[in-house]
Amino acid sequence: MPQVTEILATMDYGPAPEASGEVMQWLAARQEFGHFIGGAFTRPGKTFAVTNPATGDRLARVSQGSPGDVAAAVKAARAAQPGWAKLPGHERARWLYALARHVQKRQRFLAVLETLDNGKPIRETRDIDVPLVVRHFYHHAGWAELLEDEFPGSVAVGVCGQIIPWNFPLLMLAWKIAPALAAGNTVVLKPAEYTPLTALAFAEICAETGLPEGVVNIVTGDGGTGAALVGAEVDKIAFTGSTEVGRQIRRATAGTGKKLTLELGGKSPFVVFADADLDAAVEGVVDAIWFNQGQVCCAGSRILVAEAVEKPFVARLTARLARLRLGDPLDKSTDIGAIVDPVQLTRIRDLVAQGTAQGGVLHQADCDLPARGSFFAPGFMTNVAPANILSEVEIFGPVATLTTFRTPDEAVALANNTRYGLAASIWSENINLALDIGARVKAGVVWINSTNIFDAGAGFGGYRESGFGREGGREGMREYLCAPAPKVRPEAETGRLDAAPDPATPAKGGRAAIDRTAKMYIGGAQQRPDSGYCYGVRGNKGLIGLAGLGNRKDIRNAVEAAHRAAGWGGATGHGRAQVLYYIAENLAAREAEFTARLTSAGVPKAAREVAATIRRVFYYAAQADKFDGAVHQTRSAHVTLAMPEAFGVMGIACPDDAPLLGFVSLVLPAIAMGNRVVAIPAQSMPLAATDLYQVFDTSDLPGGVVNIVTGPRDDLARVLADHDDVAAMWYAGSAQGARMVEAASAGNLKTTWTLANRDWHGTDGQGREFLLKATQVKNIWIPYGE
Amino acid sequence: MPAQSPLASNRPRNSGVPLQTGWFDQIAVNSPAAERRAATLTTRRTVKKEWQAAWLVNAIRCVDLTTLSGDDTPDRVMRLCAKARRPLADHIMAGLGLDHLTTGAVCVYPTMVAAAVRGLAGSDVPVASVATGFPAGLMPLPLRLAEIRYGVDEGADEIDIVISRAHVLNADWAALYDEVAAMREACGGAHMKAILATGDLKTLRNVYKASMVAMQAGADFIKTSTGKEGVNATLPVSLIMVRALRDYGRRTGQQVGFKPAGGLKTARDAIAWQILMKEELGNDWLCPDLFRLGASSMLGDIERQLEHFVTGRYAASSRHALA
Repeated sequence: MPQVTEILATMDYGPAPEASGEVMQWLAARQEFGHFIGGAFTRPGKTFAVTNPATGDRLARVSQGSPGDVAAAVKAARAAQPGWAKLPGHERARWLYALARHVQKRQRFLAVLETLDNGKPIRETRDIDVPLVVRHFYHHAGWAELLEDEFPGSVAVGVCGQIIPWNFPLLMLAWKIAPALAAGNTVVLKPAEYTPLTALAFAEICAETGLPEGVVNIVTGDGGTGAALVGAEVDKIAFTGSTEVGRQIRRATAGTGKKLTLELGGKSPFVVFADADLDAAVEGVVDAIWFNQGQVCCAGSRILVAEAVEKPFVARLTARLARLRLGDPLDKSTDIGAIVDPVQLTRIRDLVAQGTAQGGVLHQADCDLPARGSFFAPGFMTNVAPANILSEVEIFGPVATLTTFRTPDEAVALANNTRYGLAASIWSENINLALDIGARVKAGVVWINSTNIFDAGAGFGGYRESGFGREGGREGMREYLCAPAPKVRPEAETGRLDAAPDPATPAKGGRAAIDRTAKMYIGGAQQRPDSGYCYGVRGNKGLIGLAGLGNRKDIRNAVEAAHRAAGWGGATGHGRAQVLYYIAENLAAREAEFTARLTSAGVPKAAREVAATIRRVFYYAAQADKFDGAVHQTRSAHVTLAMPEAFGVMGIACPDDAPLLGFVSLVLPAIAMGNRVVAIPAQSMPLAATDLYQVFDTSDLPGGVVNIVTGPRDDLARVLADHDDVAAMWYAGSAQGARMVEAASAGNLKTTWTLANRDWHGTDGQGREFLLKATQVKNIWIPYGE
Repeated sequence: MPAQSPLASNRPRNSGVPLQTGWFDQIAVNSPAAERRAATLTTRRTVKKEWQAAWLVNAIRCVDLTTLSGDDTPDRVMRLCAKARRPLADHIMAGLGLDHLTTGAVCVYPTMVAAAVRGLAGSDVPVASVATGFPAGLMPLPLRLAEIRYGVDEGADEIDIVISRAHVLNADWAALYDEVAAMREACGGAHMKAILATGDLKTLRNVYKASMVAMQAGADFIKTSTGKEGVNATLPVSLIMVRALRDYGRRTGQQVGFKPAGGLKTARDAIAWQILMKEELGNDWLCPDLFRLGASSMLGDIERQLEHFVTGRYAASSRHALA
């Protein structure tokens, strides 16, 4: 050990290891772990080794969960669920409070164990991960207490299967388990193969608190175990992990009725404007991509910097990079610990090599890597064009790309030039600019002049292929609750699609009426069907008219038209309300005509349906400027805005039942929130919807906001569900169609809602639920203080 | 390891530059971000055992051992000087393997300079004097300049001046520049530390701008506080000052020193500010010619910690010589 006098000459930091004796003793006493099922650990079955990535040393062996293990766990959860849900909220609150307390008392133990298992620095587990875990349980103890007041009529989903990643093992466990339990669900959680140990320690904590058996079950294992859980008899799957696995889960759960939330990958922009505090932004990079070795789904991994300040920014970033300390994760002065596993290290190396081969220039910290363990020196890449693989693919390592932009518009274009939409960081001292970009960037979480800030009180989750659903806050609770279920009615007849002439029911009267032709309605104009075919629409007395037989090209054109109508989303709620009221006004003026049309189609109580339709338009006109967001209670001196935002372009397949009211019940909430819609009206009676063209045209509804393609519902719905430029899809039709839509939506992971047929006249046909489904929440964090 | 007198250092003094408002008038300082960085400096770095001891010894080398009270007397100042010459008890020095250690300087009011010079005679510890109507500075400029000359005539090696806060609050950078430049001239061979009284300036932008003007006007050190403001040295303020100092260095190639003062009381504070200097500027700013800690009671806490390091037993201040 050097002398004090020697250290005075170097002023080095020296080693400062966190003691790990307690944790090593705990591991030594156990060595092999079974699963935690029904309140007790099973005997270890077939096991695999869990290692410390900083050394390669084995920490323990854990069991590889078999389908049988998963089934046993689900059974235990199923048995426990009714009792757990039936507990008064206050009782569940007490249990969650106890979990929070017990975790809090074991903070250091859990922090050390997490660092050993994952390789992340002790500073992060001690100061960030575990305190957030504790906060999450406290916060959700509160939701359990308030459930009946805050979510009246909602009920627990049931048994939740939860699959979590290795980058924040215990924190992701808390994000999954706390809201599930608060809402009255029981869970089967599968921790990541690389990092199961804190989940097993948490299982012991559950046992220690005396949590009722079966409420929390932990099954360890690899992707096979996860697949078994996805396929098990659970009511919901909550998954955090890669987009590729998320896609598989979306397909696997399609049509099963399992509720699904996915929190997936990201390639989040980190936008530095010329008027930013550059030193602050540089520290932001440290907290973004050089946090947790860059293994952060929401990491600001694409630095976009204004050309005007590129040089000083890069100079400061380089200087800061040189001061990062890489090494023993247990050392209290370590910034960069170990990559979770050699497999991940290889992936990072390969990707960086590919990016370099494609012209990228790597600027890497000049630090010695330990002789053992999985380490990768942090850095950033310049000369990375959008076409470089590293601009597109998530590296999941401590390497950001750095690209310049010239104008705010270009910054937005680059920021949104990604399939993902998890988070964004925006750096500018100009609040006008920062909030403008915050509104335009496609991301579920936006941090202004900050990055990677989390709190249990705010929702977290992505747009686009970063998944759907939110975790945390009120938004997150909704994912573990079912709104009062509608009374399901059997689906109505879809009607035949016959393009051949029909001589059987000739038009009556000696004189020819002027023929009205229902075409497609695309971009505010009536367009002939691309196919050139029509099909006969029948009432109970035979043919009542012809409608266009739409095909995939009509859908393509309609989606393009919907994208061109982007101004609708920027209009005020009041402005949209005015258009909607105008629609009601014009509809009312033609009430008799619409009633006659429905009557001719054999729709029962036609007059009542038209009247209900007018009321429904009024309802959503009223909501257009009232359905709003919240300011979450998070940290002091932070405004955290939860803003419901329109998806953009939505596809909607409408029910055959109530052909006019059903159409309006789905299309109106969507456009009231600012979406543009491509709607497939009732296949059996599309004329109720096509008659609306003239109403729309006379009501100042901008062209392209509502587009209507008539024809074979399920074929057209498939094209929409497959379409990569459609952000959300609602489908009211057959169970088979619902499965098809959910499976096809996996392509771009669009948000889907498959609605059972219902009494469209009643309360099940309208309400806030429709508006919640027509929006996604963007959380914008704005720290303040001079 | 012998303590090196800052005056014996070969480091060139800051020559100053003409006033350049363009270096700071567009400066962006994001306060919440500065607070975040400051808060994590000491959670990202720590020093233990031998390293902690060495860093505490280094802090002593950098302490401006200070008394600035209305009841100061020459005897009181002599006592302080004795502590500055021999800051640690002999057994602690031996335990640390040190043969010579002094504080960075002794800092007193102008009328106490003569006593300090006597008290430090034969040592290489410099005498620092506050001046220019310390602490508020609200005196006519000629009197303030005269006070500097008085201190220098009495034998002060370093002068800690206070700026007119009004010039900052009114954004009258020319007036601030002229004032500080005149003070620097009055200091002559004595090194000048410019106290910005950041607690009065309130915003971090003001702190950055005042720092830059003081350096342009030739300050050898910039210093946070008099110790008499409502809020004295804080890490966020210090962070912004050292960033200003770095930016000035980048533009001019000149190194300027930094002195946090006021409210620094514990060994923990001593470590925290050294971490700030090392992380933001590097090891040069851990030497007394570029870094001072203005403190009166901190040394006592450091001595207790060092005794614990040497003996393994927790220490009592009653067993250490008073400052």
